[in-house]
Amino acid sequence: MAVIEIEGLSKSYRVYHKKEGLTASLKGLFRREYRLVEAVRSIDLTVEEGEFVAFLGPNGAGKTTTLKLLSGVITPTGGTARVLGRIPWKRENAYRRRFALVMGQKNQLWWDLPAAESFRLHQQIYRIEPTRFERTRDELTAMLGVRGLLGQPVRELSLGERMKMELIAALLHSPEVLFLDEPTIGLDVVAQYNVQSFLRHYQESRRITILLTSHYMKDVAALCRRVVVIALGRIIYDGSLAGIVDRFGGHKVISLEMTDGQVPDDLACYGEVIAVEPPRVKLRVQRGVVPEVLGRILAAHAVEDVSVEDPPLEQVIAEMFSSTQEQRAV
Amino acid sequence: MRNRLTTWGTILRISIEERLVYRGDFALGTLMRFLPIVTQIFLWGAVFAALGAAKGAPSRIAGYSCNDFIAYYLLTMISRAFSSMPGLASGIARDIRSGTVKKYLIQPIDMLGFLLLYRIAHKLVYYVVAAVPFALVFFLCRGFFHGWPDAATLLAFLASLILSFLLGFFLEATIGMVGFWFLEVSSLLFVYMLFNFFFSGHMFPIDMLPGVWGTLVKLIPLQYLAYFPAAVFLGKVSGADLVWGLAIQLGWVVLFVIASRVTFHVGVRRYSGFGG
Repeated sequence: MAVIEIEGLSKSYRVYHKKEGLTASLKGLFRREYRLVEAVRSIDLTVEEGEFVAFLGPNGAGKTTTLKLLSGVITPTGGTARVLGRIPWKRENAYRRRFALVMGQKNQLWWDLPAAESFRLHQQIYRIEPTRFERTRDELTAMLGVRGLLGQPVRELSLGERMKMELIAALLHSPEVLFLDEPTIGLDVVAQYNVQSFLRHYQESRRITILLTSHYMKDVAALCRRVVVIALGRIIYDGSLAGIVDRFGGHKVISLEMTDGQVPDDLACYGEVIAVEPPRVKLRVQRGVVPEVLGRILAAHAVEDVSVEDPPLEQVIAEMFSSTQEQRAV
Repeated sequence: MRNRLTTWGTILRISIEERLVYRGDFALGTLMRFLPIVTQIFLWGAVFAALGAAKGAPSRIAGYSCNDFIAYYLLTMISRAFSSMPGLASGIARDIRSGTVKKYLIQPIDMLGFLLLYRIAHKLVYYVVAAVPFALVFFLCRGFFHGWPDAATLLAFLASLILSFLLGFFLEATIGMVGFWFLEVSSLLFVYMLFNFFFSGHMFPIDMLPGVWGTLVKLIPLQYLAYFPAAVFLGKVSGADLVWGLAIQLGWVVLFVIASRVTFHVGVRRYSGFGG
């Protein structure tokens, strides 16, 4: 069953375009120039129940705007979306009790009070039955290892601990759909790993539907089978993470270890030499010609060891993003 | 309904707990509120002493004796303890600017209801802490009053105080909602505070104002924030006038409840419009 159905969804808004300098500021008092930003341009997307989908894209690609549309914070300029069969921007309580949005950069807990108090308030706001509330709270605090911190004012918690509390607050009412906007931003490696494994276990055991935006490929690789790449407000890829490399990674990397310990000078004619550490050398070669190039190298040189690898995922994605940014600049 | 009451109760309890976190600042803030009254006593004492020195000068100004003035200021101190809303409008505008307002759109909760409960909690804590110093000040200043008013007047006084709290809340909340259009409301708030200071009766009893000014001030809602409850206590408004006065005060409350709801509703749509 499709939990999220998006058809032709668009969102554009006006932003004040101010030129540099005092004169421009004074002029801006009387007449302002506005620029129309098309944050999301007619996207179609269907997410089935129990899917864990990653939204990837450079800053300003439209990821957060899409999450805001789906959580009903903003209204679209065109198209439709249904989440759990409801139109999000109608903001019906019946919908609001069934989803949650966690933003890594926003704090929803009461700053000066222990998280336990914010949780108690959520229990009331979301009308969670007391025994269920206590069971869920205890389960979640145990899974994230923060039970001992429940009584400590939120402002005294570390960023990682706070993020865990934010997640618990968002999950207390057992939402069927969860929107995560960069949940691991600013966290150290350990905290990032903890949040990741928590999300994986939680999603696997509850089969809830999750949409995640993140700039950490490790998050995405660990959690999501399906990746949607959005750039300039459009979906440019929808498939597996590995598929991105097939589709956008036009090169492979050939690593050679030369027998005589000497790196020949003529390797540049086979491809781009990207690293030389005698006796090892790395070449970047067009994907389609790898077998042929390899054959020629092996025929011409004495090679001890050889391997062919895909370029690192981060690199492929960075190249893909920068090519879309160039399109924008044009 | 029972569910809703429990929710309100929880919001109230948690807001009270939050208020009690910063004890030092809170205690100091409470005590400092009593300083202006001391200056008022000296000021009006000096004004009337100067008048008394001039021969043939009246011992009253606009029907107020020196004691009446001080009694009036003491009472406006109480009405302002109900109607003043420090940080309400600016807080709403800040939430709109920073995007915190999203919380009220995502969660199944009513923003105005939540803020009202939060404010009630703050006021309750304040009254409990301030009750003793208030009682002490009024005991020391008992000589400025002509005894206690009757029970009916006291009841009307209490009603006018509660209405002044509600009026102050919804009026400032409406100003805060303007933040959906202007983002920054501090200048608007400054103008409001200025008008409030002069025309609510905070600076002087507004029945002193002559002619057209006097009439004008009676037509706007600000007098119900400070002057009106004090006038009720002092017996300046009674009988049919009192009932009528309370009815108009209630009318203003209803008007601003509607105004704040409408501005929120329209504002949220606009907020959606430009993204945020």
